[in-house]
Formats: sequence, C-alpha cells, structure tokens
Amino acid sequence: MGQTLAQKVYESHVVRRTDGEPDLLYIDLHLVHEVTSPQAFDGLRAAGRTVRRPDLTMTTEDHNVPTLDILSPIADPVSRAQVDALRRNAAEFGLRVAPMGDRDQGIVHVIGPQLGLTQPGMTIVCGDSHTSTHGAFGALAFGIGTSEVEHVLATQTLPQQPAKQMAVTVDGELPAGVSAKDVILAVIAQIGTGGGQGHVIEYRGSAIEALSMEARMTICNMSIEAGARAGLIAPDQTTFDYLQGRPHAPQGEDWDAAVAYWSTLHTDDDAAFDREVHIDAAALTPYVTWGTNPGQGLPIDGVVPDPAQFADEGDQRAAESALAYMGLTAGTPLREIDVDTVFLGSCTNGRIEDLRVAAALLKGRHVDAGTRMLVVPGSVQVKLEAEAEGLDRVFLDAGAEWRGAGCSMCLGMNPDQLKPGERAASTSNRNFQGRQGKGGRTHLVSPAVAAATALTGKLTAPADLDNGIATRPSTRAGA
Amino acid sequence: MDAFTTHTGTAAPLRRTNVDTDQIIPAEYLKRITRTGFEDGLFVAWRTNEPDFVLNQPQYADASVLVAGPDFGTGSSREHAVWALLDGGFRAVISSRFADIFRNNSTKSGLLTVTLPQADVEALWAAVEADPTTAVTVDLRAKQVTYRNTAVPFEVDDYTRWRLLEGLDDVGLTERHLDDVTAFEASRPSWLPKTLPARAG
Repeated sequence: MGQTLAQKVYESHVVRRTDGEPDLLYIDLHLVHEVTSPQAFDGLRAAGRTVRRPDLTMTTEDHNVPTLDILSPIADPVSRAQVDALRRNAAEFGLRVAPMGDRDQGIVHVIGPQLGLTQPGMTIVCGDSHTSTHGAFGALAFGIGTSEVEHVLATQTLPQQPAKQMAVTVDGELPAGVSAKDVILAVIAQIGTGGGQGHVIEYRGSAIEALSMEARMTICNMSIEAGARAGLIAPDQTTFDYLQGRPHAPQGEDWDAAVAYWSTLHTDDDAAFDREVHIDAAALTPYVTWGTNPGQGLPIDGVVPDPAQFADEGDQRAAESALAYMGLTAGTPLREIDVDTVFLGSCTNGRIEDLRVAAALLKGRHVDAGTRMLVVPGSVQVKLEAEAEGLDRVFLDAGAEWRGAGCSMCLGMNPDQLKPGERAASTSNRNFQGRQGKGGRTHLVSPAVAAATALTGKLTAPADLDNGIATRPSTRAGA
Repeated sequence: MDAFTTHTGTAAPLRRTNVDTDQIIPAEYLKRITRTGFEDGLFVAWRTNEPDFVLNQPQYADASVLVAGPDFGTGSSREHAVWALLDGGFRAVISSRFADIFRNNSTKSGLLTVTLPQADVEALWAAVEADPTTAVTVDLRAKQVTYRNTAVPFEVDDYTRWRLLEGLDDVGLTERHLDDVTAFEASRPSWLPKTLPARAG
C-alpha cells in the first residue's frame, strides 16, 4: 500500500526504530522563541549539555515585543528579562538570534518561510503550537513543549509515534471575498476542536492547489485549532516559485536536486487515510466565530445560536458559558454585533498578502468612528515590503494604527491588549476567554472581514461594502 | 522528573469541555523564566471571577485528581499548563479526550493523564459530587482508576508507562543512541538549509 505525504516525510526521518519504543525522529529545523525556551536552556546547563546543531536552530523574539517604540528597552521588566534571557542563551550556546530591531526579526512562523529555511520534506519543530504553519510547504511541522525543546536542543531528535492520517479535501472555486481563513474556520466548525486529535491533516483538492503560499500557511496554521498537531499540503510549482531565490533556499545544482526530490513528495494514489472530510469550496461564505473556542464558528449570514439547539449536553453548557462570556444573546444576527477593536496580524494572517487584501478594502475609506484598527505586520520584512508598496499610507489614511512586527494582540503578552468587556474582530487564531486581554471578547475573522468590519464597526462581509453599506470617506483628500 | 506509580486523593469535578491551556494558565504568567511556582496562575480567571468555580469550593480545595470534560488542554503548547497543575497540587487529570501536545507534555513532567470513556467520567463526576471526600486511586502499575466499589481500567502505552514508573527523562535515554544520530546526519542531503552562517533576508 502506498504512503501519504506525511508518512513519506516521517519515514525519511526515522533515526532508530525498535519494537516497544517510540521512533527516534530527526529534526531538520528547530525554531526557538523567548517564551518556551528559557527553562530548556536551564536544563541543558544543569546537565552540562550543549546544543548539538546550532546550525539547524534559529531563534527570535516575537511574543513579548512591543509594537511601538521598538528600539527602546522593553518597559515591562518581566518581558524584558525573558527577552534578555533568550539573547544570553543564544550567545552562550552559539545560536543565531534575530532580536528586536533586526531586519530578520518577526513572528517565528513568518520568518522561517520568508528566509527560505522552511522547505518541503523537512521536519520542523518549535515550542509553539502554530508550528503547523510550516506544513504549507509539505514539511512535517508541529508544536512541542519545553521538555521537548530541551530534547531537540541536546540531540536534534524527538521520540515520536506515527500519527493517524486525515485528508481534508476542498474542491471547487472559492467565491469572491471568501479566503483561506474562511476555509479553515469552516473545517474547524465542522470537525470540532478535537476532530483532528491524534491525526496529521493533509489539505488537498483543487481549491487548495489554487491557493498562494500565504493562504496555504493560514490554513495549516490553524490545524492545531482542529486538534491536529500538524497539517500539510503537497509542494507544487507554487511552492517552488515562492522558495526560489530566498536567502536559505538551495541554489544552482542544489536547487535542481532539491526540486527533483520535492516533486516526489505527494500522497500515493493507493495510500489510505484514517479519516476523510470533504468541503465544497463554492458553498463557503465568510466565517466568523461567536463563542470562546475556534469550533464555535458560523457563516456571517447566521445568527448567534441558541444553546438548547445543541444535542450534546457538554456542547450546550459550553455554548451557554460562551454566550455569557461574550455578552451575546441567542438569535442576534452576527452582522449586528458591534466591535470596538479590529486586529489585523498574527502568524495566521500577518503576511504581506493579508495586508494587501485589507488595504484594498480600506483604500479611500475611513475606519468607523467608534472602532480602532491595529495593523501589525508579522515580521520586519513584511513591514518593509508593505511600506515599499505604500500600504502603510493606506492604513494610516484610513485611520488605522501601523505598528512594528510581533505576535501583539493575538495573545497580549506585550502591551497590545483588549480591556475587560472590549470586543474584537481579530485575524488571529484563538478566541479563548481572556486570550487578547483579561475580559476581552474575540471574534475570529479573515483579513477581508476584518477590514470591512473596521469600516462599519459591526461584523461585516467584504461583499456588504458593495451593497450600499455606508462607510466614511478617507480624511485624506485624493486618497 | 518525579516517578508516578500510584496516587490516591480526592477529586475535583470540572464539568467543562474544551478547557484550553490559556484557561489553565494565562499568557501573562508565561513571562517567567522559572520552571516552578505557577500555582498562582492556575485557572486564575475562573478562580477570580466565578465564586462557584469548583476549585473555589472548600470541599474540592485540596483535590489532587482533576476530572474534566472532553478536549482538555487544547490550544497553546505551553508546558507551563502541566507545571501549573502540578504546582497546584494535582497529580492526575482524567478526561475522555486530551489535546495531543498537552498529553505529551504531561508525560515529560510526571503528571498522569488518564483517558476514560465519557460515561466513566460522568459516573466519577456523580460520585465525587455526591461525596467530595471520595478517595480516588489512580494506579499506573495496575492501569486502573478505583473509587468506592468501582474499578475502571485505562490504556497507556508500555513505553510511556515504564518511563513514568521509573521517572526517566528522555534526553538521557536518547543519548544512548547518539551513534545512530551521527550516522543519520551523514546521510542527509548537503543542500538542506542551515541557519548559520546567516544569509541576509
């Protein structure tokens, strides 16, 4: 029987296999950030161990970094101490670090692909659950805990068991205004937050093949929200075109050898999946979440659900608790929900294409008077690219805030947080209670819905803007 | 890590689904660079904002076994969630489904995660709600949970069980096989990316 893509990548990295023990899997790239690594480095020091492969390790600062005044020391002493610890550890163990102010700095899942360090067929780990992002390139990439970070630093391997295989096939053409974010929110709403537990998800089908690399990253990024540690997409010409010429991509004869190998990385026709899910792309609409887990999402045409409509008692209780926390009443049309804050950014939707989509909707218009919009590029490179294209002017002219790169309001470890009771439309990945600030309320949306929502102050589909919904003109003449 | 063989204590019924790791310990507590002392962050939002929250009830304040709804530990990979539960006095968590990364992290720090069918979880909830002093034993050697006259078997793979019973760390075990790692490295294609030396982005 044939192999799936994920099985091919896994099997090609097995260092040691013995009955009764987990496989020992080689790790090609270890990404490290400041939050989940300090205890791992302490562990190395306590045991007198070194980092086995500094040349396969990349570190950066992303979770704690302020997005304003980034060249000054971090004001919060606890955040500053954590960032300083990473710098000290990188220096002591000989690791490359991209600190604040460096042109390679940014969210770890944005800089890996942008530097060309993320390539098809690789195994990639990071002490961060959104490592699944890198699966967009046909890599087997998954999040790990701090003990495993220490294990990879010391040995460049991890004990692993093969995962079950799930196929999510999306066929057809996405309607205008419907994006990769809507696809993955629809998938999670369908299979639930535990649907992918124990599985690796392969996304396939004509709608997936038609997506850009940025859009593929958005989908793979949120595999973890469906319970799957990893999600991946077979590499193709779109993948190769994205990679060619990037700083760490192979060159010359190496490029040809790499492409020849990468072209073998696809699921065999006779491979079997443990579970298959089918989605009709043409039937999708913009999705928004109404609750406090990412599976609690609906098409924007819907209404806030009545908890009593859920068959399962646990789901009923979860819906009741979500409505109470979110301050929502069953039956309210989703389009009537007022929003205070719009956050455009994160490892899910903080890439150049996401900013372009939002800017195209904001151009010549102005953000609603009662709404603030925060635009946080995923990396310094994304920021520079956007500024070269003039996107920063579009955002500023529309009344949005243009910030420095980092994780920012996705999880509020820096000063960018919601206040208690504030409601956000956010392009990030988690609508958990308090995720974006204590008492803050989060609706997960695509970049296009985020921009449309910023213009009206209510959850809004981009198509609504063409249907007579009033928005304010830009304050800048001729914009 | 500390070995886990068997543990007996009282249990707290956490009748919630999708308990994500942001609820177990919020991000602001992750700024610390230590590995212990996270008990103040454990379920802090629910402990602060919900007077009826199960761990605010005196009869469950000393519980050392947490019995939760399905999809426990979803979301962030933060191992701090496991550390916070241990620091908060818990030695075992029982649920019908755990998020993969959380369960994996738990095996690295000696917190036992026990997967039971939802019907058994419901029965255990009912028992500890009827009598919060019910002694619950989680026995890794016998692979069963017992309380009153009830014994429920659970599955755990032999290797993980052995590591937990012995309290063994993975790094030391893997270091016995570094020759295999070196041999594997010799077979890797030369064009695979290296982070050093840096090439400008």
